[in-house]
Amino acid sequence: MIVTLLGLACFALLVVSLAPRLVGLAPLPDRIRNVSLFAIMALLIIIVGMIQSWNVALALLNLCLISSIMALGVNIQWGYAGLLNVGIMGFAALGGVAAVLISADPVADAWAAGALGIFVSFILAVVTVMAAIYAYRNMAPSMARGLTLFAIIVIGLIVIRYFYGPARDAIEDVNPASEGYLGGLGLPIILAWPVGGVFAGLAAWLIGKTALGLRSDYLAIATLGIAEIIVAIIKHEDWLTRGVKNVSGLPRPVPYEIDLQQSQWFVDLATRLGQDPALSSSVFVKLCYAILFTVVLLIVLWLSERALNSPWGRMMRAIRDNEVSANAMGKDVVARHLQVFVLGSIVVGIAGAMLTTLDGQLTPGAYQPLRFTFLIWVMVILGGSGNNWGAVLGGFVVWFFWIQAEPIGTWLMQTITSGMAEDNALRIHLLNSTAHMRLMTMGLILLLVLRFSPRGLIPEK
Amino acid sequence: MELLNAFILLSNFVLVPAIAYGSQLALGALGVTLIYGILRFSNFAHGDTMAFGAMVTILFTWWFQSMGISIDPLPTALLALPFGILFCIGFVLATDRIVYRFYRRQKAAPVIFLIASMGVMFVTNGVVRFIIGPNDQKFADGERFIIKARTFKQMTGLEEGLSFKVSQGITVVTAILVVIALFWFLNRTRTGKSMRAYSDNEDLALLSGINPDKVVMVAWIIAATLATIAGTLYGLDKSFKPFTYLQLLLPIFAAAIVGGLGSPLGAIAGGFVIAFSEIMVTYAYKKFIAYLVPESWEPDTLVQLLSTDYKFAVSFMILLLVLLFRPTGIFAGKSV
Amino acid sequence: MSYLSASNMTGGYGRGADILHDCTIEAAEGEIAVIVGPNGAGKSTAMKAVFGMLNLREGSVTLDGEDITHLTPQDRVAKGMAFVPQTSNVFPSMSVEENLEMGAFLRRDNINGTMEQVYELFPILKEKRRQNAGELSGGQRQQVAVGRALMTQPKLLMLDEPTAGVSPIVMDELFDRIIEVARTGISILMVEQNARQALNIADKGYVLVQGRNRFTDTGEALMNDPEVRKSFLGG
Repeated sequence: MIVTLLGLACFALLVVSLAPRLVGLAPLPDRIRNVSLFAIMALLIIIVGMIQSWNVALALLNLCLISSIMALGVNIQWGYAGLLNVGIMGFAALGGVAAVLISADPVADAWAAGALGIFVSFILAVVTVMAAIYAYRNMAPSMARGLTLFAIIVIGLIVIRYFYGPARDAIEDVNPASEGYLGGLGLPIILAWPVGGVFAGLAAWLIGKTALGLRSDYLAIATLGIAEIIVAIIKHEDWLTRGVKNVSGLPRPVPYEIDLQQSQWFVDLATRLGQDPALSSSVFVKLCYAILFTVVLLIVLWLSERALNSPWGRMMRAIRDNEVSANAMGKDVVARHLQVFVLGSIVVGIAGAMLTTLDGQLTPGAYQPLRFTFLIWVMVILGGSGNNWGAVLGGFVVWFFWIQAEPIGTWLMQTITSGMAEDNALRIHLLNSTAHMRLMTMGLILLLVLRFSPRGLIPEK
Repeated sequence: MELLNAFILLSNFVLVPAIAYGSQLALGALGVTLIYGILRFSNFAHGDTMAFGAMVTILFTWWFQSMGISIDPLPTALLALPFGILFCIGFVLATDRIVYRFYRRQKAAPVIFLIASMGVMFVTNGVVRFIIGPNDQKFADGERFIIKARTFKQMTGLEEGLSFKVSQGITVVTAILVVIALFWFLNRTRTGKSMRAYSDNEDLALLSGINPDKVVMVAWIIAATLATIAGTLYGLDKSFKPFTYLQLLLPIFAAAIVGGLGSPLGAIAGGFVIAFSEIMVTYAYKKFIAYLVPESWEPDTLVQLLSTDYKFAVSFMILLLVLLFRPTGIFAGKSV
Repeated sequence: MSYLSASNMTGGYGRGADILHDCTIEAAEGEIAVIVGPNGAGKSTAMKAVFGMLNLREGSVTLDGEDITHLTPQDRVAKGMAFVPQTSNVFPSMSVEENLEMGAFLRRDNINGTMEQVYELFPILKEKRRQNAGELSGGQRQQVAVGRALMTQPKLLMLDEPTAGVSPIVMDELFDRIIEVARTGISILMVEQNARQALNIADKGYVLVQGRNRFTDTGEALMNDPEVRKSFLGG
């Protein structure tokens, strides 16, 4: 109850901070407005900490931090260059894969059983693609070329499956209940963050190479596609990621609660602060994560700000605002776009790896476009396209309300339906449907901001 | 005989399903391509518009079923379809009035329309889930098969059976009728021609006195009609689940782009290209080959090029190839 | 008073700087009026101002005595004006016949007679009437564009550089047709790069420089004016 009131109150606060622009009064000075927006946000999290619990507040904060980093990545693409990425989910998922491949323990039996076969299929795939490219380049455009290409691809696929199938089955048969995959390298999971960025960057390069330089819609559709496929691969290639069986128990970059509770210094510290060691151990762990994430956020933010205010950033915005004249001035628009698209995706990949690190497990089924792509879009648009601070704020605000919308919605529905009988079908339906209200709310926020305040909470300078 | 068996096998598992699926994709892609031609943006909400139309149709179907109204052996959904279309038109026109018209007046960039359509998609998706829930819904009734596999075997004495579902038959017949009606409208009527003119050269259309508001309205009406029909047919043939319509977006866009965005003929061709590729690449040819070659040559693997889990990857690969080599599509649609 | 009278036009695009300054253009019934001048003189802008595609701060436009200064281009079409833009002036993926039909979109009466007249004027179009306009040659496409404009049965036909990018032979042919059109009583207002040839057929000529009327006279007089010859007709 208190939480819902709190939610409503905060929402009102945010609306008030937007209101001058909505009704056309003189806006507050930029600096004061920005600082107060961030202050309100901090206050909200603190209120949650005091009313609900510090555990909840820190969990919220951690996801807010990750969301902000993702929003920064998307802002680099959309805000700086006007590139529409509708496949954020895929790039985040690649970060998750990196977390598994870097940090999970290698499964020796599985390597012995099928690594060779997988390796051979991979080489064959490369050979097939090379052969197809070679044929395409060296044959005159004709029916014969088309048929040759078709034959190369079909034969390639059949041969690959000949090696791949048995290898996959062999790997998946190794202790399927808990393993059944190759595992990872067993390295510290922090290393997965940059690697996740690299994975995402490579995928972005592939997409950008194909779809940039064409109409803006094509990039959107191509990214939509690659995201679907990346997630499909993660869900179905059990030998790589265990598919929907999930990879759990990834190592942590921070201490485990159980170790903390058993170490003397921590128990002493907790007793001195007058706290329960069990409870404070989990707060402590979340705090460690929060510090790590904040460091990453600050680095990314600092780099983004530097980039935005450099000649490179000015050129990007010049291209965004007038592609034709930038082209005429001899700027290689497509190459710049490719650059910025890859950079933004790298940031999203890093954030994706961080998210999997925080969860401690890879859950392929959790990659939903609404949660991972469109929510991030709302963050960027609401925060202020083209402004890095806006993206960070957007990440905080939207994630906070995405989480708090559930209790607010339930409370709203209960209030609305309180006049009905307990077993009223409509009432039950409405109460069960509150989860879907979140989607609608986010869509409405996107539409409203786009229409009435297209520059967002913290507009671009 | 072996040859005939092989052919029937292929027809049963590739040809018939691909024709039905291709018709559904073609209808969806027609809606996308039409909106693109007139309003010049890729409508991301189209998949969920299909879901919305299908949902209303399902609600009416249930209502009719509860009142005992039916048109056996045809599914009741056909009777409910016009109501679904009407509601969907209303919904789509409302979104145009509330959302898109503002940006049209502003002459906003296509990418802004696209983002707005993502917002509409979000809301529509929420509305659909809110009303009917996120789960699978069954609404097909009436006769299930035109020809059952077993009956076919008995009739022909062949080893392989060919089954032809009522939903597939309805899909194909409806698609043909709708496409004929659409092309008649576009090529023979004054309003239809004015839409083509508007899509071809907006400024000149305005100079000729063509009313842009009317053109846009008619485009939405047709798109909503096509979306409802496609969505309902897909739901009848497979099953209705709000989330699947979001996933249909990719093959639909791929179909529209393969054919050439803005070209209705291209959308139809693209729909079938995508459907056939998807099904042919993910079909296991083991049995088919077994009929054709001597017993000793019989393959011991499934001879499946790609697992069915990746059928979306097929539309995506085709999309990438088209973007790489012929970005205007087969039928040279609007400019890249 | 002339059939078309656009007097003292001052204005520019949107909120931008003025391009036209006190510019006056007139055309009597069945008369060919030609606007010539150096690049950037505001020739096309003057024509667009007459057609209502630009914000006039001062001045007025009257057609047949009626003030149309505040009408939209579409409304002006209904009043009997027709405009042939310089580029993209056909519907490329529609047949020649459909292009003509679209020209007559606002008419509710039978258009077959007008279409026959257009075919008489441009016989090649009748031959190619089932072909898509986008597949025609540049000169034929201009004919389609003029034909489309004539389908509204306009009283005033405005042509923005109709001979841009066509060969000299085609140009002469096109000018001949334009004279024929004028003989049927339609006033013609035309912007031309090929000043010499255009003034040859013009009843009235306007030489614009930087958005102002510099010389205004009959076509013949302008051709013979040594100053005009020296500055604008290359001696």
